[in-house]
Amino acid sequence: MSSIHAFSLDDRRVDAGHGAALAVRAPSLDAIGMTKRFGDFTALDHVSLTLHPGTVHALLGENGAGKSTLVKCIMGFYHADAGELRLDGKPLRIANPRDAQHAGIGMVYQHFTLVPSMTILENLTMGLGFRPGRIDWRAERAKLEAFLTTMPFRVPIDSPVSGLSAGEKQKAEILKQLYLKARLIILDEPTSVLTPQEADEMLGLIRSMAIGGQLTVLIITHKFREVLAFADEVTVLRRGRHVGGGRVADLSVADMARMMVGEQASREHAGREEREPGPVMLALREVTALDDAGAPALRGVDLEVRRGEIVGVAGVSGNGQTALVEVLGAQRRHEGTVLVGGDAFGGTREEIRRHNFALLPEEPLRNACVGRMSVGENMAFRHFDRPPIGSGVWVKRGALRRRARELVERYNVRTTGVDAPIMTLSGGNVQRAVLARELSGEVDVLVCANPVFGLDFSAVADIHGQIVAARNRGAAVLLVSEDLDELLELADRILVMSAGRIVYEAARATADRQSIGLHMAGHA
Amino acid sequence: MGVEALGWWGVPLAVGAGAIRVSTPFLFVSLGEVVTETAGRINLGLEGTLVMGAMSGYAISYYSGSPWLGVLAAGFVGSLLGALHAGICSLPRVNDIAVGIALLLFGTGLAFFLGTPFVAPQAPNLPSIPLGFWSHVPQLQAALKVNALFFIGVAMAPILAWVLRNTGIGLMIRMVGDNAEAARAMGYSPLQVRLWATTFGGFMAGVGGSFLSLYYPGSWSEGLSSGQGIIAVALVIFARWRPMYCLWASLLFGGAGALGPALQSVGVSQGYYLFNAAPYVLTLVIMIVACSPDRTLAGAPGELSITK
Repeated sequence: MSSIHAFSLDDRRVDAGHGAALAVRAPSLDAIGMTKRFGDFTALDHVSLTLHPGTVHALLGENGAGKSTLVKCIMGFYHADAGELRLDGKPLRIANPRDAQHAGIGMVYQHFTLVPSMTILENLTMGLGFRPGRIDWRAERAKLEAFLTTMPFRVPIDSPVSGLSAGEKQKAEILKQLYLKARLIILDEPTSVLTPQEADEMLGLIRSMAIGGQLTVLIITHKFREVLAFADEVTVLRRGRHVGGGRVADLSVADMARMMVGEQASREHAGREEREPGPVMLALREVTALDDAGAPALRGVDLEVRRGEIVGVAGVSGNGQTALVEVLGAQRRHEGTVLVGGDAFGGTREEIRRHNFALLPEEPLRNACVGRMSVGENMAFRHFDRPPIGSGVWVKRGALRRRARELVERYNVRTTGVDAPIMTLSGGNVQRAVLARELSGEVDVLVCANPVFGLDFSAVADIHGQIVAARNRGAAVLLVSEDLDELLELADRILVMSAGRIVYEAARATADRQSIGLHMAGHA
Repeated sequence: MGVEALGWWGVPLAVGAGAIRVSTPFLFVSLGEVVTETAGRINLGLEGTLVMGAMSGYAISYYSGSPWLGVLAAGFVGSLLGALHAGICSLPRVNDIAVGIALLLFGTGLAFFLGTPFVAPQAPNLPSIPLGFWSHVPQLQAALKVNALFFIGVAMAPILAWVLRNTGIGLMIRMVGDNAEAARAMGYSPLQVRLWATTFGGFMAGVGGSFLSLYYPGSWSEGLSSGQGIIAVALVIFARWRPMYCLWASLLFGGAGALGPALQSVGVSQGYYLFNAAPYVLTLVIMIVACSPDRTLAGAPGELSITK
């Protein structure tokens, strides 16, 4: 059996001189000719990248452009097939994440890596390295407190991480890396769970530490706004290749967008027709629900969606949006009334069919598909027991596959065939397949949650187009999204959800980022 | 007999004494399983481990003449079975529950096969500590004869609770059990930690088994265990993965298990089998009370396959 990481004794104990340690200069990093292949697929093709000391460097690219592959090669999760790394000009060998940590390279992941049931104090102490015996909590606490006084932001260190807000968790992740003496920090989409204000604050602090010469930062993002405001330099990847970059000051958004998506047309604005909203199709009255831990997730939600309008629900993740969509999908018990087309709605097949109710939940592969069943079968979930596919107790495979082929064609679902298990499709194509199922018939009410999360440009344009088209045809659309830009682009009205309540409403014409952000944070 | 002397007071006394006697295997198995489950694995094979421990402990005690050597042997055999479970579960795409059921059948079957020669002979039993020496009531004296293993188990509960809170090993176990990805990112190896945690769980279950064959009931037979290993796994969930709660829960289940014999001793023979079923009914009732359609279990380790 291989040696046990956890028991190695060469841990870098962090001792009292933390303040002094921070004075260590930020390093430079060169990645030269990095190549990584998975079988026949070249995920990274001779990509080079230079991080200058004390700068913030943005890594831009669409999903699947190779950003995370590059970063995982630097962090030691993957071993590059070719290429070399140099830290401060000296060759660097990294075999695993532990080596990266020893070299002072830390990464803040998109999903949090703190242990939820443990406190920040426990988490950070464990990060320092393994000591099997008794932990002197008093000494550890004193050490952490001393470290925190040198930091620009604070977090509560004695409550379990599961009780912290997303912003606090994100800060804690960054503090953890600094506490572990990382001098080069890689941030993977760090602002996706933060309010705009929190994001600005956090990036501003990181940038000030970089300018102060304490840190070198590589930030993975797809938000141009953040690149422009906080990055010194940028590298753009497309399909595993380095396609451009340079000083941010020398580039415009249009330049960067062109590099990112290549020559293909940039994101078109979905063609919305001006129309007056019709009668109320979906209404929630005083809806309350509990989350999995038994804590209130919805604390009395009232909202109305009319025919021919898109109502956007903004909010930082974890403020009840998931529970809201689950209630509408009949996946969560609730108090209060849900009315669809004026009738009480309990999510039975009968009601769904009668009211032409369509639902696109977040993570559709998990929430709206059966992964091992075929694309065709998944597309038939709403209609398999109805003619022409269903006949008595039988399902006509021929009709099922014919209809699936039609939808695959019409909705651009890229699949090896309608008989392929749906789990073999990429995220964007699963999303398209579910949308095809939900939107192919008459639609009076459509509920979508984060419909384009993690998708590339062409898929985003496609799906947004479908949603707006449904609205133009007269559907009432409830669009729950964590992406404020998406809501500002699509919604006729924007509601802000905070701590399980709707706390703010703005019409399309008057909606502004600033006040929406303040309400998302619960500060207004 | 003294039943007349004590009358109905004999029932709570017998239940109390029974609680201490019957609870010991529950206590050992559940404390071991708390560590295993805190590390993010569930080992349903502990019933088999328990029976193997009972058989091997009895056999070694018989051959060596030392019951304590038997206890150690039972623990060792239990560790092997625990390590086997962990080893199989370390392979990709292996489900720990399925492996557990397989090892349950394997453990009991192997114990019956190897244990046949030990059904008849009498092996030296573990001594007990007569804590009732000050009393003249024979029932009280009998009730207060407590086996040393019980005290070891009672001491283990707070020790384990302390270790899980205040030592590096304890935090590491909680870490891999709650978020394996985070543990890996910090350089801890979940598979290794789970290997040790499951091995420890097996050791404790083996020792718990030796108590059955070497003290109460005190001989080896195929009907020795009546599902204690499985009940103890349920008990861990009831105890919310806390060692101290395991202690109280074990005493509760022990008391329930002693109800039938206690009632019989005062002459209530009607519904004897019904009272004997008390622990199983209690298991069901507790599972129903503890569940909820609205919430996940508080305190459940995040990596556990049954609560994930």
